[in-house]
Amino acid sequence: MKDFGFNVQPDFAIDFDRNDKRITEYLAIHEPSLNLCIGCGSCTGTCTAGHFTPFNIRQLHTLLRRGETSRLKPEIKKCMFCGKCQLVCPRGVNLRNVILRLNRAIERIG
Amino acid sequence: MINFNFFVLPFFLGLIYLLLTIGKSWYRWIKSLPAIDKVKFASGIRHPGQVFSALKEVFLEALIHRRMWKQNPLLGYMHMSFALGWFLLIVLGNIESRFYSGTHLNAPYYPIFLKFFIHDKLILFFEVYSVPGIFRFIMDFLLLFILSGLVLAFIKRKRSHWFGMKRTTTHPLTDRIAITCLWMIFPMRLLAESYTAGYYGNGGGFMTQPLGNALVAMTPFPSDFVAYTMWWGYSLALGLFFVTLPYSRYMHIPTEVLLTFFRRFGIQPKKWYSSLSETEVHSCSRCGVCIDVCPLNAAGIFDSQAVYFIRGVRDNYVPEKITQKCLVCGRCQEACPVGIHTDALRLIKRRELNSGQATEYRYLSENPPKTGTVIYFSGCMTHLTPSIIRAMKGIMTEAGIEFIHLDENRSVCCGRPLMIAGKDKQANELIEFNKALIKQTRAKLLVTSCPICYRIFREEYNIPIRIQHHSQFILELVKTGKIPLQSAFRKIVYHDPCDLGRGTKIYEAPRELIQKVADLIPVREEKGHAHCCGGSLGLFEASSHQRKLMTREALDVLLENNPETIATACPLCKKTFLPESPVKVMDIAELIYLAIPKKEAISTGPVPNPSSGSVSVQSHQELSF
Repeated sequence: MKDFGFNVQPDFAIDFDRNDKRITEYLAIHEPSLNLCIGCGSCTGTCTAGHFTPFNIRQLHTLLRRGETSRLKPEIKKCMFCGKCQLVCPRGVNLRNVILRLNRAIERIG
Repeated sequence: MINFNFFVLPFFLGLIYLLLTIGKSWYRWIKSLPAIDKVKFASGIRHPGQVFSALKEVFLEALIHRRMWKQNPLLGYMHMSFALGWFLLIVLGNIESRFYSGTHLNAPYYPIFLKFFIHDKLILFFEVYSVPGIFRFIMDFLLLFILSGLVLAFIKRKRSHWFGMKRTTTHPLTDRIAITCLWMIFPMRLLAESYTAGYYGNGGGFMTQPLGNALVAMTPFPSDFVAYTMWWGYSLALGLFFVTLPYSRYMHIPTEVLLTFFRRFGIQPKKWYSSLSETEVHSCSRCGVCIDVCPLNAAGIFDSQAVYFIRGVRDNYVPEKITQKCLVCGRCQEACPVGIHTDALRLIKRRELNSGQATEYRYLSENPPKTGTVIYFSGCMTHLTPSIIRAMKGIMTEAGIEFIHLDENRSVCCGRPLMIAGKDKQANELIEFNKALIKQTRAKLLVTSCPICYRIFREEYNIPIRIQHHSQFILELVKTGKIPLQSAFRKIVYHDPCDLGRGTKIYEAPRELIQKVADLIPVREEKGHAHCCGGSLGLFEASSHQRKLMTREALDVLLENNPETIATACPLCKKTFLPESPVKVMDIAELIYLAIPKKEAISTGPVPNPSSGSVSVQSHQELSF
């Protein structure tokens, strides 16, 4: 194949009907404070793990809402639980419990 | 002489059942001790000194209720009247019965129902030489003693606030049955003994005889059948109580004895649910002392206090939410009259719940740090309160100390936040990483600003260097005259952070420091009884609003004496108090930094920092909060 210096991107469409929303629903029940999120990204800005690796809680939240569980699973393991995100959150989202519950949901659903 | 009547059967069978059940539990608990504890137990039981000291503690705590007396004299008296009164009643009843039967071996029911079997005016041989009727007097007195406690217990059920308790435990059905039986025992004994004494016209003491006479006079057809019915009632109440005891909170009575021995022999709580934990759980009397001290009350959370949590553990049913809904601040542990390690138990259950969650920390990598003698580890929380870091740097520069700021640009968490969530294995990955980093510096002293880090450094790191919280470190600097101080503040209250105070028992160092620069005014509830600020990393299941309510409650107590400033020694406490407090909130390091007399070197320009040239120490005026 001739190298044109760029690639053809594969199709990327989010199919909400096919995505697995079980984790999203589990979290909506057990830690509803996540709904308060305005996506300001303070959590990501202060994140301890984020200083070492591209770990992005705000992005994870987006993935969660879309139900893209497969991308969520490997990422969530990087959290160190230090709680800085929760302290800087202007909306009072109970973030440590969000991560803990996410882990639990992944553990149970697999 | 055979003394037997069918009415003794409920008591007798109940007693046999009780003894068998307790024996079985004790056997199981001792047998399932971890190997190292078994050795401790075996060696302890062979030392008369240790056994004696354990017995002494059993006497002081299980009978006299010394700790309870110190906390609440009314409750202390109530418990003592039941425990000591009943104990003496049994012992003296046994001695009395021996004089009557003339043998050393009585059936166990004989002394209990002595007045049923014996109703004559026999004066015992030694009473002739001392005081006639002394036994009758003592037995009546003891019964009155217990009954006075019973009245108090009844009032406490109905009006707990008269006893200084805002809330009492809500008990399940088994406990309520058991308490009803327990409360029936002594009034039934009083009735039975009195009526018998009244009917036969003798044998009673100062209380039972007149009461018996009155009762007989009131009955239209006095007969020994009435007395007999009462004796049945007494026996039934005893028997039922004995049968329900192992399944109710009263199991704490026999279990506490074993627990005292375990503790005296040096058996420590483990990280997993060990035999000691099981004994502790069964030793909980559900008195509810832990309810009033729990900061969660302020947030309107009433279902996860230690007493309910421990009950859940005992019944093998703890909802996930209850386990996670706790600040792990240790206030209940401080107040518990039995000394149950409530925090350790909570963490054990969290480990069972959360330890399986996978983590992935392979991304961690750090450039080799510089070498030196002093490490400053600020910790994640201190990164959120940079004024503390500035103050610490300023103080160390003032004292002329060369230090390595280990987590200047980015930090790896110390691991305690993971551990408090029950993820020990995962926390150990971080601990190992940090340990390697600390080792590379070849330092002799590790100073941290965060009590959370400080606690885990001391408890879990096992590194061969000195570890100090900055309050200890600064105090040492001040004492050795490395930093001059002048009094710079007026009224200051000090808030004890949970992990520094109850966690690592450092109460005095921060106070000494404050006293050097200000007037420290006392707080109503301080040191071991200090409130949690509400920001604790131990709490998972609570909204930010509920946390704020707890913070306000803590602030209300701190502000009672109108201080100008609240001082604390924890960046998390500071961060939590700041938005809610009407007065200034400052860390110890900031206070001391501001109290250093101004010199030209500091006030005129940036001071070259030994650890990094880029960060300059700000002057006093610039340090804003």
